[in-house]
Amino acid sequence: IGNPVVGCGGSTLLGYIGIDTIIEQMRKKTMKTGFEFNIMVVGHSGLGKSTLVNTLFKSQVSRKSAGWARDEKIPKTVEIKSVSHVIEEGGVKMKLTVVDTPGFGDQINNDNCWEPISKYINEQFEKFLKEEVNITRKKRIPDTRVHCCIYFISPTGHTLRQLDMEFMKRLSHSVNIIPVIAKADTMTIEERQEFKQRVRKELEMSGIEFYPQKEFDDDMEDKSDNDKIRETMPFAVVGSDKEYQVNNKRVLGRKTAWGIVEVENPNHCEFAQLRDFLIRSHLQDLKEVTHNIHYETYRAKRLNDNGGLHPISTNGTHDSNL
Amino acid sequence: MASTEIARQAGEGARAVPLAGHVGFDSMPDQLVNKSVNHGFCFNILCVGETGLGKSTLMDTLFNTKFEGEPTQHNQPGVTLKSNTYELQESNVRLKLTVVNTVGFGDQINKEDSYKSIVEFIDAQFEAYLQEELKIKRTLHSYHDTRIHACLYFIAPTGHSLKSLDLVTMKKLDSKVNIIPIVAKSDAISKSELAKFKIKITSELVSNGVQIYQFPTDDESVAEINSTMNSHLPFAVVGSTEEVKIGNKMVKARQYPWGTVQVENENHCDFVKLREMLIRVNMEDLREQTHTRHYELYRRCKLEEMGFKDTDPDSKPFSLQETYEAKRNEFMGELQKKEEEMRQMFVQRVKEKEAELKEAEKELHEKFDRLKKLHQDEKKKLEEKKKSLDDELNTFKQKKMAAELLLTQAQQAGGSTTLKRDKERKNFF
Repeated sequence: IGNPVVGCGGSTLLGYIGIDTIIEQMRKKTMKTGFEFNIMVVGHSGLGKSTLVNTLFKSQVSRKSAGWARDEKIPKTVEIKSVSHVIEEGGVKMKLTVVDTPGFGDQINNDNCWEPISKYINEQFEKFLKEEVNITRKKRIPDTRVHCCIYFISPTGHTLRQLDMEFMKRLSHSVNIIPVIAKADTMTIEERQEFKQRVRKELEMSGIEFYPQKEFDDDMEDKSDNDKIRETMPFAVVGSDKEYQVNNKRVLGRKTAWGIVEVENPNHCEFAQLRDFLIRSHLQDLKEVTHNIHYETYRAKRLNDNGGLHPISTNGTHDSNL
Repeated sequence: MASTEIARQAGEGARAVPLAGHVGFDSMPDQLVNKSVNHGFCFNILCVGETGLGKSTLMDTLFNTKFEGEPTQHNQPGVTLKSNTYELQESNVRLKLTVVNTVGFGDQINKEDSYKSIVEFIDAQFEAYLQEELKIKRTLHSYHDTRIHACLYFIAPTGHSLKSLDLVTMKKLDSKVNIIPIVAKSDAISKSELAKFKIKITSELVSNGVQIYQFPTDDESVAEINSTMNSHLPFAVVGSTEEVKIGNKMVKARQYPWGTVQVENENHCDFVKLREMLIRVNMEDLREQTHTRHYELYRRCKLEEMGFKDTDPDSKPFSLQETYEAKRNEFMGELQKKEEEMRQMFVQRVKEKEAELKEAEKELHEKFDRLKKLHQDEKKKLEEKKKSLDDELNTFKQKKMAAELLLTQAQQAGGSTTLKRDKERKNFF
């Protein structure tokens, strides 16, 4: 177990100490406390947002299933509705909150329809900040900050709509945006590739960075992993909560007259990639980027803006106020 | 399954729902651990105890290494704290270990203030963290945490009771740091005396209300071992970096003529227990307690001392926020004043320089005028001279011309003049 390694500072290890047990200690601790994750879905109605979230978490976690009727009227303004569930897997308990944004992009005039969303995101930051600034603080501040915002792009096959660009431009600096192409089974594989390329190009030209943002790559390994992902995004996904029999296996899919679109089949759509990326490899990173970057940006701005004065300097040394 | 905080929160409006298949978020702990491993860990130990109790040797033994440093002298005027940071690595875990030693503790004649530098040091680490946390633009994520996670208090193996210095110091430290008391150089006491000594120490600590660190017993997997260990406190340790051959193995030991004390033999001393508790089981908990209990207490006291209050939720005036503003306005005012001063000074300097330059310019002009005048005078003189020379020349020319004229006239009337002269001469004769 213990490899004798020469450390810096003039010390040489001559046997096993047990420092590496801290990994186990830490793992136990996190299993005990459990996790919170808050995911927001944005896109106009009918793009399959709730279905996708339910498919991602293999359970009825989105608002639609919490007793909400499918033919409820589309609201006249964007509403923010969040619902929380506790899910458990392998001894790991997670409180998952899904924030839905019905009414987004559904009006004739969609001016500023991102504002309620932006306001909600900032309100969660504000809540956290208030708790953090208390004299007597809670042992664990409840985290309602939006860790990830899945933005649903309509599978038009042409380019991004103006609303898409506006939304992503305005919100990409306060939340991690993961764009997905919804209902991808309406496009052929070639059409998807072309569409994706166009979308990526448009976003790049407008300087819009979706998650994972290039500037937050930790090291070369990170960068190369994330580069591969960025090259494939936005993921073209299909969601479904119905199972069908295909080749003697029960699979999630959508049944059409011309065949069954298998959700988890990487040849059919990129759902599996999205799930692996979002949940199995980058779940913690999404939270960390939210906490270390988006939240800090909000906090710095909030603490500075209150006097209407501009920040003093870009390095931190002069900003300490106590 | 022990009820977790999340499960408790489930009651607060979050229903539990079953999963219809494997989602994959059970990799969360691994994701988190991987990030921490990439980031590296830090652990800070403070060793408090009189000079000569084997603090450095024990650290060397615990971490299987030879840390730098020489034994300290006994003539320090006061207690100073010396800290050294080492980077250790085991498999993929990188640990930044800081060992802080109290130099000169217990050496003075008057030891009343001995504890003060220790308390100040611990507070200073908290303060540094607090300052970072309060910054507007902060980098907590990459902050090198210097807060003390564990304080090993070395008790001299007298076999009687705790010294009053020990009691006083531990009392001052128990609300600021996790104290783990150990009996140093315990091979100086016999087993039976040691048992009595431990009981005496424990009862004295209890009766004086000293809160030492309790190994946590709320997690089932470690509850049993931790509670057993709690009853063995204070640990009686022996440190040694020298190896002696016992049987066919080399073990760390101290060799006496009457026998060999083996450090890692649990019948001989509690070293293994200490290592187990400090590093292999509770390192993470020590770090957590430091952050969530001791640091929070320091922070709360410090902020209250500065006049902040959490008022009732309704009128949340965000008092910290207001002071940020006030302080910042003050700072900006200062800054502006300084700016103004600097500007004034600058303007002043410019004026002075301008005046200097003007002076110099004036001088230059005067010089120029003078030189010009000189030049003109010279020129005039020269012209006059030239004129007079010209005049002379002219006069000379005229004379020459007149003379030539006379000459030609004379030559014409040539002979006549000569004739006339000859006549005159003849006439004369």
